[in-house]
Amino acid sequence: MKLNSLRLFCRRTSFNSELCIGGLGAPCSKGVLCQNRMSPRNPEQKIIKRVIALEGDIIKTIGYKKKYVKVPHGHIWVEGDHHGHSFDSNAFGPVSLGLLHARATHILWPPQRWQKLQPMLPPERKPLQREQE
Amino acid sequence: MFRNVLGKTFRFLGYTVQYGCIAHCAFEYLGGIVVCSGPSMEPTIQNSDIVFSENLSRHFYCIRKGDIVIVKSPNDPKSNICKRVIGLEGDKVCTSNPSDFLKSHSYVPKGHVWLEGDNLRNSTDSRCYGPVPYGLIRGRICFKIWPLNDFGFLRASPNGHRFLDD
Repeated sequence: MKLNSLRLFCRRTSFNSELCIGGLGAPCSKGVLCQNRMSPRNPEQKIIKRVIALEGDIIKTIGYKKKYVKVPHGHIWVEGDHHGHSFDSNAFGPVSLGLLHARATHILWPPQRWQKLQPMLPPERKPLQREQE
Repeated sequence: MFRNVLGKTFRFLGYTVQYGCIAHCAFEYLGGIVVCSGPSMEPTIQNSDIVFSENLSRHFYCIRKGDIVIVKSPNDPKSNICKRVIGLEGDKVCTSNPSDFLKSHSYVPKGHVWLEGDNLRNSTDSRCYGPVPYGLIRGRICFKIWPLNDFGFLRASPNGHRFLDD
């Protein structure tokens, strides 16, 4: 999803004109929708995806050059909810945490789509092995 | 008397918030003073040198080959690293160390830069962790402030042979 950003906490997507509100500095956990400040391929573009795996997790990829990936230290694995039609980590690999900008918490516009975005990890996308702390 | 003190306190808080916001915007969008530590950029920048960095270049996408930049570490988002840009997206870079017999080359992917320290023998840079996304660049170092005997603009790279012209 492409994003045109207004400043502060409002984000509008050109995909379906939804206005989301997000918070800065929230700790990143699996399943939350996070917004990357700069897309890894195009620094002028912001993208919004779901966090699937954190550093140390091993996950099975969909269409990436390697079938299984261990997410390196300081990186996260993000995927769009619409698999196959999403430009996400399956295309450009794990994303450095420094590129993370904010967490999307609510959809504000259009009013019929007014909702709180739930952090939810799809069951088929769970990591194979979690790194023990 | 009490209202006087309360009024002064609120005014003071108001000024603090105002100047705090201006200072934050200045550090975020204009530039700031940075203390560098580590041996990876010798002889250009020594340990404990104080430099001035500006952030306008990164917002206007004016980072050029040969610039010294401050970058958020790809492996640790809380720390910053200071390296020289050797290649921009699409450039051909030498990925092997100078001491290697067989040289290997690759092209910098779209949206990334290739960073190397000036002290090639003692620097963990893109030769270790690969090309770095442009979005991690925080600012460009333009001026050295301390030590005073080295005051002024920064020198060009002592490793001119690492810049491969297409």
